[in-house]
Amino acid sequence: MQKIGKQTIKFDAPPTVSECASIVGPKEADGPLCKYFDQTLEDEFWGEKSWEKAESKIIKETVSTLIGKSGVSTADVDMVIAGDLLNQCISSSFGLRDSNIPFLGVFGACSTFVESMSISAICVEGFAKNVICATSSHFCSAEKQFRFPLELGNQRPPTAQWTVTGSGAALISKSGNGPFITHITPGKIVDMGIKDANSMGAAMAPAFCDTLLTHFQDTGRNPSYYDAIISGDLGHIGKEISIDIMKSHGYNIKSNYNDCGVMIFDKASQDTHSGGSGCACCATVFSGYWFKQLQNKKVKKILLIATGALMNSTSSQQGESIPGIAHAISIEI
Amino acid sequence: MNINWANVFDWMQIFKCFIVGGAICVIGQILIDKTKLTPARILVIFVTTGAVLGGLGIYKYLVDFAGAGATVPLTGFGYNLAKGTIEGVQQQGLIGAFTGGVKAAAGGIAAAVFFGYIASLIAKPKMKKQ
Amino acid sequence: MDPTQTKQGYQDYVDKKSPNSPIAKNLFNAFWTGGLICSIGQIILNICKERGFDITTSGTIVSIILIGLSAFLTGLNIFNKIGKFCGAGSLIPITGFANSIVSPAMEYKSEGYVMGVGAKMFTVARTCFSFWYFKCYYCWNYIFNF
Repeated sequence: MQKIGKQTIKFDAPPTVSECASIVGPKEADGPLCKYFDQTLEDEFWGEKSWEKAESKIIKETVSTLIGKSGVSTADVDMVIAGDLLNQCISSSFGLRDSNIPFLGVFGACSTFVESMSISAICVEGFAKNVICATSSHFCSAEKQFRFPLELGNQRPPTAQWTVTGSGAALISKSGNGPFITHITPGKIVDMGIKDANSMGAAMAPAFCDTLLTHFQDTGRNPSYYDAIISGDLGHIGKEISIDIMKSHGYNIKSNYNDCGVMIFDKASQDTHSGGSGCACCATVFSGYWFKQLQNKKVKKILLIATGALMNSTSSQQGESIPGIAHAISIEI
Repeated sequence: MNINWANVFDWMQIFKCFIVGGAICVIGQILIDKTKLTPARILVIFVTTGAVLGGLGIYKYLVDFAGAGATVPLTGFGYNLAKGTIEGVQQQGLIGAFTGGVKAAAGGIAAAVFFGYIASLIAKPKMKKQ
Repeated sequence: MDPTQTKQGYQDYVDKKSPNSPIAKNLFNAFWTGGLICSIGQIILNICKERGFDITTSGTIVSIILIGLSAFLTGLNIFNKIGKFCGAGSLIPITGFANSIVSPAMEYKSEGYVMGVGAKMFTVARTCFSFWYFKCYYCWNYIFNF
């Protein structure tokens, strides 16, 4: 493990993403990626009494699905690194309280999945054999915490995004047949002064571009090196903005760039405005779709950049702008 | 008791009510689409505007003209508060300034609280489909 | 040109890039649905007046009926769909006020009836109440006119 350039880490013995699992809610199941997920739910409560309990159950079941699929016993898992959007990360800690695995709770807003994958990779390169990383989000609990009660009859502006209900989990192992995590580029906090909480894509796009540019400079790679460059949840508007910003720096990413928030919903028929968002957006689309593409060698080199908006409802009420963050992870086979 | 349905369906009056009520909502819609105000702030703006116009004696003309078209929107709620306060002052002096407004709005507030509790007892929030 | 060079420049660029709400459609829907709700109120008001209630009582009855109707539709999980279509057409009439009280009451039910429903029922609407003392200003006006 060594640091190259300004902020990129290169692994000497690249850790493997050996298995992934994902569970999504009913709206995501109606979307174009339905067949790639391990399990789809019929209703958002999943037999629980509150949204928060349902979200905990989703992350719990996702982790146990992952353990079941991988064939690794719980005792061989050295650590689980998880996070979510709810206050004090209660979905992860309540969902995993019976897992009997050492637990690290992390928060990076919607960038949490790649953040936990980065920490997992560092742990695996250091001491661990198997580390699980997982994140979850739930449309209803997120609306309740960040916006309005569900039954309030308000209109969503066209820039608004739809929080993905679901959870994605990945098992990072020391040995395996790949795909391998070769580089990680943790991002800096970038704040371009956007204050509108309904315009997250625009708030996070500068952070995404900053991390992507730094990654290219540090590794000496260019966009054509990757089969796919994937952002976490910039949505339709953030995607267009990012293409523009990268173009102004002399990089054309239009041909191989996509966004998980754009992929998970069908904009025309599902009325999700600017696309999906939330911790689970990047986690489920990577675990469901991209991991299988890598396994089948349909794509060989991807750069996954999860983006996050580091704000809460108090900071927006106090008139603060929305700082963005983006972490990149390069996965190759 | 007999009801004179011709008086109930006074189409001219309903038409005026429709136009004025619709126009007040259009102002609200412009605020929603053109500013980044949250619904809560828009409610406040309407109640306050109604109270101020009511206090200045302007809103009364709109109520006389459009009936429910002016009282059903939240500006009418504000107008009621203002009217109640003024009546309170007339009847009870200074203490009326504190009790009159709330008294005038009591029916609406109590109804909302009552129905809110009932709804929370029997209904459950559901995922929006869109 | 890199749009992220200055904060102001980026804000302007984002405003240009963001799609606008379909304002003509929204205004039209708000107009006719808002007008319709007020007209229903007018009909109820007329019935009350015909039955011999005075104008103040009639107005209160109209409010209570519309609030009840709105609470009923909120409880049936229908009001959010109506609200999405009507926009200000259902928000600005008293129906929107009722919805803003009933919807948090339902949402915070999971935190119990005292600290959940009781404490959070007015999460959205409470601002209306604190602000009504704006009217103090003309109370004084009135008193000084004596």
